[in-house]
Amino acid sequence: MSNTKSLLTIEDLYASVEEKQILKGLSLDIKPGEVHAIMGPNGAGKSTLGYVLSGRDGYAVDDGSVTLNGEDLFEMETEERARAGLFLAFQYPVEIPGVSNLEFLKASVDAQREARGEDAITSADFLKEAKAACKQVNLPISFLKRGVNEGFSGGEKKRNELMQMLLLKPQLCILDETDSGLDIDALQVVAEGVNSQRSADRSFIVVTHYQRLLDYIKPDFVHVLSDGKIVKSGDASLAHELEAQGYAWLQKEPAEDELEG
Amino acid sequence: MCLFLAKVGFYMTEQIDKALAREYEAGFVSDVESETFEPGLDESVIQRISEMKGEPEWMLEWRLSAFREWLKMEEPDWALVDYPKIDFQAISYYSAPKSMKDKPKSLDEVDPELLRTYEKLGIPLIEQQMLAGIAVDAVFDSVSVVTTFRDKLEEAGVIFCPISEAIKKHPELVKKYIGSVVPKKDNYYAALNCAVFTDGSFVYIPKGTRCPMELSTYFRINEQNTGQFERTLIIADEGSHVSYLEGCTAPQRDENQLHAAVVELVAMDNAEIKYSTVQNWYPGDENGKGGIYNFVTKRGICHTSAKISWTQVETGSAVTWKYPSCILKGDNSVGEFYSVALTRGRQQADTGTKMIHIGKNTKSTIIAKGISAGKSNGSYRGLVRMNPGADGARNFTQCDSLLIGDQCGAHTFPYVESRNPSAIIEHEATTSKVSDEQMFLCRQRGLDPEKAVSMIVNGFCKEVFKELPMEFAVEAGKLLEISLEGSVG
Repeated sequence: MSNTKSLLTIEDLYASVEEKQILKGLSLDIKPGEVHAIMGPNGAGKSTLGYVLSGRDGYAVDDGSVTLNGEDLFEMETEERARAGLFLAFQYPVEIPGVSNLEFLKASVDAQREARGEDAITSADFLKEAKAACKQVNLPISFLKRGVNEGFSGGEKKRNELMQMLLLKPQLCILDETDSGLDIDALQVVAEGVNSQRSADRSFIVVTHYQRLLDYIKPDFVHVLSDGKIVKSGDASLAHELEAQGYAWLQKEPAEDELEG
Repeated sequence: MCLFLAKVGFYMTEQIDKALAREYEAGFVSDVESETFEPGLDESVIQRISEMKGEPEWMLEWRLSAFREWLKMEEPDWALVDYPKIDFQAISYYSAPKSMKDKPKSLDEVDPELLRTYEKLGIPLIEQQMLAGIAVDAVFDSVSVVTTFRDKLEEAGVIFCPISEAIKKHPELVKKYIGSVVPKKDNYYAALNCAVFTDGSFVYIPKGTRCPMELSTYFRINEQNTGQFERTLIIADEGSHVSYLEGCTAPQRDENQLHAAVVELVAMDNAEIKYSTVQNWYPGDENGKGGIYNFVTKRGICHTSAKISWTQVETGSAVTWKYPSCILKGDNSVGEFYSVALTRGRQQADTGTKMIHIGKNTKSTIIAKGISAGKSNGSYRGLVRMNPGADGARNFTQCDSLLIGDQCGAHTFPYVESRNPSAIIEHEATTSKVSDEQMFLCRQRGLDPEKAVSMIVNGFCKEVFKELPMEFAVEAGKLLEISLEGSVG
């Protein structure tokens, strides 16, 4: 596996929001097809990581580097990163009143096709794909005509995010606490959707606070993010450990080191 | 970190600058030899206008009495707009292409340069090239250049001609209705218009007739230092139906130019008038230099069970002062106002509507969408009045403002007067911003910022755009897109 070229390489990343440093030396390497879970206590910087990678305004990179398929990610605008295959499923998807889901999705797909030098998809073809995606995430077809997230319930919004992912077919999907606010049925739908998209050339970063989601989406690696850096990495069993013991023992570790020293 | 934020700030400023530096596509000047009056206004100027038009005596008298009233009136200052005092003696009140002096009888005789002007604006006047189903009256400075499809309209009994011609050919109709909806003394600019109006469109739809095509007037100011004072009068007789479209542009000039129009609509019993405007007068440059002052009085009267619907998309003008209104005189009559007003750069707009409910069970709907970008100011000002006799009258008003950036302003001034306890008035208002979250979502899905803004704004305007005739809805969407180019970083 080490011979495979990395999809995403994060090296010693430092980043701030409103002058407060949140990420403090984070490193992570993701190869095609891998699923990485990022867990950690509130305020550890989990969501910040997703925003910094996707290029949200106001998130400042202080130091370090990130490459996507060998390209410097920070040289790209937000939309260029998206077109390069980076997708962020939002924790709190925003509403865009009056813009139909279908219109929004087609424009997104077309923007990405254009960047690849392809023609815009025909309306008929797109409608077919969109309907299939709707069905897969268990949303009524009528949602395609409704405004983007307009009046959707929490669960519907999350499924709508998933639908966007299905249609955009990204290389790297970052799921930002996609499980939050979902009941067990909705969670299963989302997990099945994600699992159906797992492939040798698509990778996932699954950001979550709870181990629950990882019962459905089996990660290859689990990382614990605490105070802006990864403090522990392991396989799926690490998630269970965390579930049983909480995050406190990880945060205490340095203090114990200091005592011993 | 600070560097990064500074970069973001720079990027945004750069984008906004780009937007403001955007070219006004209709800003060219046509090389047409014109006959233009010396600037200045007194009774002799009005006499000359009337003479040029070959008007009957009663019309001149009507103009002069309006002028005398105007002299006694004060320029209004209650609107939330700020502009230097207009020197009415520095304006020329008449300008016409020389070639129009001996009025051309057919299109072949029209100065090709004039036809090219309209073609450049996307309004070909050669009937074969035109959108089937739309008849156009093209008004160039003070005169109507050409009116198309007249024969076809005449077959249906519809009169569609320049108002200067109607004054001569249909004096009984003009005499009866001119000033009947907007009285001479109505307001300062309306009185001025009555005195000096030069041309505009006249429409009469006979009883029970559905106008066979969309009617359209395209106003173009070309000459420097002239004002445009057009006058439109539309009469829809009992049970008739008409849809009328109006478009406007002007060249890019450093001086401000005045446009003070009056539009009067008369909807007789069971008649319906749909009046749509896409206004794109030159808005001035990024420092607020130049641009059109658009001071317009538009009003319609609805008799029993009649309906008047105003739809407007306003993106141009330096200063706008405009309140298309409905007097709901007849029982069961209906008034509608759908508006999108976009301001950017240093534009100022004070616009809205008046719905005067007089008859029983009258209904009105107001949907006003204001979009402000740059350093502009947009205001909605609306009056809903329920008179004592307006039993069971209803109004629904929705005013939404959308802000782009943090240097613009949106204001709402709703006036409600209800003198009838059975009347129901509903008012909803919202102010929102194109939020960072919305922009981020769009860009994260691969859309560039311009596409994202135009999509969000189009979504915001959807309720109004769906009221426009198809061709206009597409044009309006495009116009917004161009107007918004790069207004968010």
